[in-house]
Parts: sequence; structure tokens; C-alpha cells
Amino acid sequence: MGEVYETLVQIVGKNYVSNHQEERYFYARDPGLMAPHEPDYVVMPKTTEEVQKIIRLANDTKTPVVPKGAGLALTGLVIPLKGGIVVDMKRMDRIVEVNEGARYVIVEGGVTHGVLKAYLQKHYPHLRHSVPESPPISTVVGNVVIHGQGRLTQQYGFHSDMVSGLEVVLPTGEICKIGSCSVSPYWFSKGPPMPDLSGLFLGWLGTTGIITKMSLKLYPQKKLKDVEVFVTDREDLVPDIVFKITHTEMIEDMGIWSQPRPRMFADNYHLNIFFTGDTEEELEFRRKMVWHALQEYIDSKDGGFMQLPPEMKPTFLDNPQKSMSAFADLRKGGGFEYSGPIIPMELYPSFARKAQELGNKYRVVQNASGRVIQQGHCMMFSFAFTFNRANSEEMERCRKALHEAAEFGLEKGAVLWKPTLYEQKMMLRRMDQNTINLMKKIKQLLDPNGIMNPGNWEVE
Amino acid sequence: MEKYAEQIHRCFRCGWCKFTSDYSDLNCPPYRRFRFETYSTAGRLWLVRAWLNGEIGWSERLGEILYTCTACRNCVEQCPMGFASDIVDWIVGARSDMVEKGRIPPRVARFFEAVYGYGNPLKLLRSDRAAWADGTKMYAPGDEYLLYVGCLGSYDENAQKMAKSLVDVFNAAGVSFGILGNDEECCGNEVYMLGEMGLFQTLVEKNNQKFKELGVKKIVTVCPHGYNVMKNRYPALGGSFEVYHYTQLLNDLIKKNKVKPSRNKAKVTYQDPCFLGRYNKIYDEPRQILRSIPGVELVEMEKNRADAFCCGGGSGNFVMDLLAGGEESPARIRVREAYETGVSILAVACPSCLTMFTDAVKTEDLDGKLAVKDISQIVKESLPAKKR
Repeated sequence: MGEVYETLVQIVGKNYVSNHQEERYFYARDPGLMAPHEPDYVVMPKTTEEVQKIIRLANDTKTPVVPKGAGLALTGLVIPLKGGIVVDMKRMDRIVEVNEGARYVIVEGGVTHGVLKAYLQKHYPHLRHSVPESPPISTVVGNVVIHGQGRLTQQYGFHSDMVSGLEVVLPTGEICKIGSCSVSPYWFSKGPPMPDLSGLFLGWLGTTGIITKMSLKLYPQKKLKDVEVFVTDREDLVPDIVFKITHTEMIEDMGIWSQPRPRMFADNYHLNIFFTGDTEEELEFRRKMVWHALQEYIDSKDGGFMQLPPEMKPTFLDNPQKSMSAFADLRKGGGFEYSGPIIPMELYPSFARKAQELGNKYRVVQNASGRVIQQGHCMMFSFAFTFNRANSEEMERCRKALHEAAEFGLEKGAVLWKPTLYEQKMMLRRMDQNTINLMKKIKQLLDPNGIMNPGNWEVE
Repeated sequence: MEKYAEQIHRCFRCGWCKFTSDYSDLNCPPYRRFRFETYSTAGRLWLVRAWLNGEIGWSERLGEILYTCTACRNCVEQCPMGFASDIVDWIVGARSDMVEKGRIPPRVARFFEAVYGYGNPLKLLRSDRAAWADGTKMYAPGDEYLLYVGCLGSYDENAQKMAKSLVDVFNAAGVSFGILGNDEECCGNEVYMLGEMGLFQTLVEKNNQKFKELGVKKIVTVCPHGYNVMKNRYPALGGSFEVYHYTQLLNDLIKKNKVKPSRNKAKVTYQDPCFLGRYNKIYDEPRQILRSIPGVELVEMEKNRADAFCCGGGSGNFVMDLLAGGEESPARIRVREAYETGVSILAVACPSCLTMFTDAVKTEDLDGKLAVKDISQIVKESLPAKKR
């Protein structure tokens, strides 16, 4: 193993390689509930060529490689289950190019959402990208690889739908361009009109290569923003309410949440409806269209708009939201994790009820929330539980709650987002056998030595 | 601080603490320097917990990870959690534990030995403490202010210029003040931040006793570190006096026309010292002083006020320099940022910033392009010749 270390030092320099206990301890775990496993090395490359050399070394020595962004998926996806090399990508932090007219940005594999947001605000104030609610240190590529979602998902889909080109170091060491950039200097398409090869890398959780550059679509940044909160005490009406709102095509984003604490929120379902516009008139028109769409629920007294004090609006409009991270300290204990089933809207009521049931059954603090994806084709639902990291018994109850949530989700027809290892196995057990065989063929073709994030999406 | 071990697990490692408030840049000095997650606030807290739980053993690297934190308080500003204001206390608590167990990096141990033996971390003779002072009046009962110079102002060649300028400006304004000379001793701010609580208490008690014997009612400090500890820690240990940083007093003197800067054409940017800004919310006075000088154009760096990037000298690192050694060392990053604003002067209000940046300007080959000057020096240069 000494030889691997020395070669890594030659590749990136001694300041950016570690096999010390401190890095092995920290990179062995994420903030969630999965069991830790130590890497043998942590390495921080600066260039695509350095990544390529690391991959070649890993192939020569049959050493596992786990690419890592911020490690904030919470579901253990960057825990090196079989040891090896964790490749911390955050030194690859260049914003390579913005094509203003074609509205895309090319970023290196370690660029964070926070830095990209600030960069666009400063240099291209009329452009934006879809910012997730995860902390700003989360990386653009890391989030896309897990099919993340953010403030523009209601309009434009999963973040992986917003990709318009990739540069990937394959598990065998070749540097490969994906999309229009493979034949053109422009990175405007991830596939069409050619075969779309991006699917070989998106959603594979780093098991089919390391994305070193990515082109991401940008969207108009409107001058004005607003938020309204519609509240109903009937979860069974939520799918219909969402359908009517999305029919208007007037909104930017919509999140639905319920939680038992504080008491004022209990037994109610809140729909945060976000609007944008370039003028007050445009904003007002959009608001009115949504008000009209929901009038019947107001008339029947099944719902109404919450009066948000002006000083509260910035908290709702923040993106990313600090309050999301603060959820981890509700138990004064530094932990939360969620199971994230992707579901058709019609399943929302049963999932919201299940979240309450799990909270009561396992005596854990829960929050049930969802984000509408692309006009309601589906939603990302979240069974979120917060725990005290110093209370192992409470952590175990959270694990059980999450496990039951995942089983419930699959039983009802959900697909699990950024699945933990056991959730992957649960899905593989239900997956069509020919689909499994196809995944296996792709994996064997791309990664013959099985070095990339082994354990994940592993077909037995 | 005592309860840090029961609280430290609350860090979720969400990483907000690494950034400025607009996320435009990394703003945690050791994380920026080393880039391993272990050198971020979360890394530090998780490792300390692992050490407390026996999951990892003490190592010199663990000690260095803990001691590369400059206690700049950027994490406190950015952390979204309810415990944000406790984070530095937790770091200090962990250091205190390591000190008690005798497990600290050699450079930290040398820092303590120097303060213990010499009354300053630079290991220079007590009898040379006032060598810079050259006729400066000693404090006597009845003087309005005790000018507390601090260790760097007393011994460091660059910081001595700062102290001398301030003395000249105060004299020109007719301020009633005096210094302690060779009787002055380390203020203890860094000793506290590094976790040597026994030595800290001894220093504070000695200083408080001295101030009491001399009847000191008002102290003005050259250094924000001294200002911070005297304002926020000394009262709990018996200190009873008003304390000001010199920029507060100087700004007041300018407003009262007791100091009247004349024209001094220069483009200047200003570095907010952590112990003045984030610790004590003194952001305006230094800027008001600079703007009061005719001809001075103040240009802000992008990261300023509560978002200012630390020079890397805090928590004793102006001596230990655990963050040195590369172009990503905080002082080098910051002088590059200052230079990018197009100014000719990087103004500081802290001897630690002064010494860190003066070295960094040389390393970055910016000599002759960017001058590092303390605000007192800029004001002194702006006084009419007969007033200097």
C-alpha cells in the first residue's frame, strides 16, 4: 500500500494526499445514519489529468475509488464501503465558461452551488441555475449525479435533466466527452440529436466514472420574487390542489410540508408557492391566476392563504435555506436523515399520513415535505427524521423509521431517491430482471475491474 | 466552555461555516489553506469528539488540525444552528483539554513557554519591552488613559512603527496617556484562545492588580486582541476599567477636531481585524478615520466587515504560523485580494495583520506595489509636519 501512497503523492503533491487517521476517520462517514468504513487514502486532484492518473493507478492496483463532492446526500453514498481511495473533488473548482446566449455554464467537478450562484449573480445577473436546498457547499456535479432537485425543478425537471454536456474519466482511464461537446466546441446538448450517453453516468452514484466537467443549463433570472403559503387540513385534497396550480403554469416552484411541531403547524398541509416576474404587474397576474384556481377550496373552507408577515418572507425565499440545515439541531443533536421516495402526486395523502404514523410509532421528530417535479409529473417526497447523535437508541429508532418508510414507499409504487445501500438492494429485488441484466452489462463494460464506488448499484 | 464535550456532537457538518455570507468564496482560513474536510470547523469538531470517545488517538496532526483554527469567528457568523455562538468556545474547550493532558503540538508548547518565561510569545527579554518607546511617557496616576501596547507592538519591528505612530498622534492631539514600559505583560488573549487557562488566569490577575494599583480607569489598546480580552474576559476576573481600541479614540479625536489630517492622496483598502470586527462589531470607526483624511479613497475588498477574510494570525498563529507554507496561506490570499482592488495601501488596525501582511507582500512579490500600513501610520503621515 506504500507504493499507492507514493504514486498518489507524485500525482497531486504531498499536501493533497493523506493516509492519516484523521482524514480516514472523517471521510469514513457522512452526516447520516449509515455505518462508517474507512478509506485507505484521501486525495484531492486539481485537474482532469490528475484524476485520470489516479484512476489508472487504481486499475493497476485494483484499488477502489470513491468520488466525493460535499458528501451531503446523507445516505452514505460516499462512504468507501470497501476502502481504497476517496477522491475529494473540491479543488477542481473552476467555472470554466458561461455561454450567455445559449444559457449554459461549464463547471469543473468540484464547483459548489454556493459559488456558482454568487458568480452568476455578480457576472450574469439575468441568469440563474437551479439551486437545491442543500447547503451551499454541496457540489453541482455531486447533486446532479444523484438526480438532485432545486428551485427550478417544478419548471424544468430533475437537475440531471438540466445537463447539457459532460467530461468524464471512465473507470478504465479514458477521458470522454459526452454530448455536443464531443463533436463541437459548444456544450449545448448532452445528447440529442445523437445517442444520449449521459445516462451512463447520471444516477449511477459514481460507479461508472468520475465527472470532471459538466455543462449545466441556465435560466432567466427574474427581477422580482414572491411566495404565498396555501394551507389545508385535508391531505386528500393536496394532489388536486397541486394539479390546479400547475395547470396555470404561473409558478416557479412549489413545496408541500407538514410537521407536528410547533403546535401551530400540526394537522395542516402547507403549500409554499413561489412566483417570479420582471414587473409587479406580471407578479400580480401570476398570483391572481393561482388565487382563482384555488378559490373553490377557499369557498368550501377547506383551505386558505396564510398571512405571511413581510419579515418572514425572506426566510421562505432564501435559496438555499439555512432553516433546512437547522432541522438537524431540533433534537440538539446534529443529525437528520430522510428517505426520499419519488412518487406520483396521487400518492401524497397516504405518504403524509405514513410520515405521521412513523413519527408516533418510533417516537422521533418527523417532517414530511415534498417538491413538485415538472408541473406535477411526480414529486420528491421526504420522510425526514431528526436525531441526537449522542443518543444511539434514538438513532436506532430513526433507522427503523427510515427502513419502514422505504419499504412502504416501494410497496406503494415509489422509486427511492439517492438510495442507501439497503434501499438500492430493496429496489434491485423489485427491478425487472432484464433491466438488472442491462445494468450489469453496462457496469462490466465500463468498469471491468469493479473499482468505482464498489458496493453501490452492485448486482449480485 | 466547560460543557463543550456534551455539546460538540451537535455539529451536523453542513458546511455553511466555510463560506462568506453570499457564498462567493471560502472564508475559513485553515480550510482554505489545507482543503481537507478535517481542517474545516466540522472536521475539527467531529475529530475532537472522536478523540474524546476514544475512536482516534491523539497525534501531532490532530493537535495541528485543532490549532490551525485562527478563532476568526467566521463559522460563528455563518453557522445556521442555535449553538453557533458557542463554536469558538468549544474549540477553546478542546484545546484546554489537550493542554491539561499535556498533548499539544511543539509550536504551541513553545508559545506557552515563552509567555510564561518572558511575558511575551516572542521569547524576547522583558527588559527590552519598552526599547521602542524612546521617551514615551510612563503611565502615572492622573493620566486619563493607559496605552496598552501589547507584545507585537512592543517587540515586532513593523508593529513598533505602529505603536510609535500612535504615540505621536496622541501626543499631537494632547491626549493624556502613558505606557507601562517594561512592566507591561502579555494580555493573555492568545493564551486563552490556545487553551492554557492556568497561565491565562495568572496573566489576567497580574495585569488587573497592576491596573488597580496604578488607579487605571481607562485603557486604550494598540491591538484588537488585547482590546477583546480586556473588554470581554478581564471583568469576570476582577478588572474594573473602561477599554477602547485606539481606532475608537482616534475617531473621536478627529470628530472633535483634536486631530486634523491634511491632504494625503492615496487609494486604500481596509482589513477588518477579526477581534475588532466579528468579535466586537467595530466596523465603522476605522473606516470613518480613513474617510476623514482628505484625498484618501477607500476601496472595499469584496470580503469585508463580517465577511472579512482573516490574515491567518489569530490564536497565536502570528508566532506559530501553522497556516504558512504555500500560496494558499491566508495572508498571501488576502494581500492578493487587496492588490486586485487597485489600491496602493492595505490599511490595517491590528499588529498581527500588519506583520502577517508585511511578510506576505514580500512573498507575493508585491513590494513597491502594495504597502501595508496601520491606520495610525496613515493618520500620522497626514498630519501637518509640525504636528507629527
